[in-house]
Amino acid sequence: MRVFVNGEARELSGTSSLAELITQLELPVARIAIELNREVVRRNDWGSTILQDDDRIEIVHFVGGG
Amino acid sequence: MSTAASAASSKDKLIIAGRAFSSRLIIGTGKYRSYDQMRSAHDASGAEMVTVAVRRVPLDRSSESFLDHLNPALHILPNTAGCYTAEDAIRTARLAREALQTDLVKLEVIGDQTTLFPDNEQTLEAARVLVKEGFVVLPYFNDDLIMAKKLLDAGCAAIMPLAAPIGSGLGVQNPANLRIMREQLPEATMIVDAGVGTASDAAIAMELGADGVLMNTAIAAAEDPAQMATAMKLAIEAGRLAYLAGRMPKRLYASASSPLQGVIE
Repeated sequence: MRVFVNGEARELSGTSSLAELITQLELPVARIAIELNREVVRRNDWGSTILQDDDRIEIVHFVGGG
Repeated sequence: MSTAASAASSKDKLIIAGRAFSSRLIIGTGKYRSYDQMRSAHDASGAEMVTVAVRRVPLDRSSESFLDHLNPALHILPNTAGCYTAEDAIRTARLAREALQTDLVKLEVIGDQTTLFPDNEQTLEAARVLVKEGFVVLPYFNDDLIMAKKLLDAGCAAIMPLAAPIGSGLGVQNPANLRIMREQLPEATMIVDAGVGTASDAAIAMELGADGVLMNTAIAAAEDPAQMATAMKLAIEAGRLAYLAGRMPKRLYASASSPLQGVIE
């Protein structure tokens, strides 16, 4: 299965939830947010959100800005 | 500071959506040369609120959290910088709210890359949606009174007109428009956002009746950001007091300060 994470194609083996994807990417989970196909997925729903082929995922955090 | 001035400043608060802030300075977190420098500038400024930007997490390396470098006492105001459409700004605001559990957003929808001038139409559209979703919307926009009225009608918590292009340091280029906005919208919280370059610019913005000033580059790009942050803090306090004091009217010709009578002959 192929999904797009922050614009990059990623191959995932088998079924994967959003929570599993985050673990696999070894991302720090504090104060990040995730969009799946342009809709925010609440943190509590990461575990129950199963990814589908061609899903588009945006994972954001905060940087310096004005 | 004199007793009168301290007394004035202790009860003279910046109010944003019912929340009171002692400091009328809101500052950015971008462009600093180091985290230490940013922290010193933030401390020196006395600001209670700082802006941050929302960006994709880099996937190729484990990135530390930028937010860990901020004083935890600061209120965080996420922006929608870099968005060119209402839709992208709305998505960015929703992501920021989910990540930070804050309803505050500095709404910024840019219309042009060279000037970074706002797209007022898209800004208004995004503001309407975000207010309905419960956000406290602080919109960056052009210094246009009619647009300001529309943003307030849409339910924005403040209006944030620019004084000059973002990061330009040109100073207040639109004193007449800011004054008109202040006079016509006396109840609105008006925060001048973008364009100040040095302390006198911030003082002028406050003397024109702004309730606060939001700045980033003027402090971050100063040779000594912490010192400039102190200067900005003082300028904003001075400008505020001067506004409240009510300045003397300008006149073209001299008016002697000393009595005209009794001069020796």
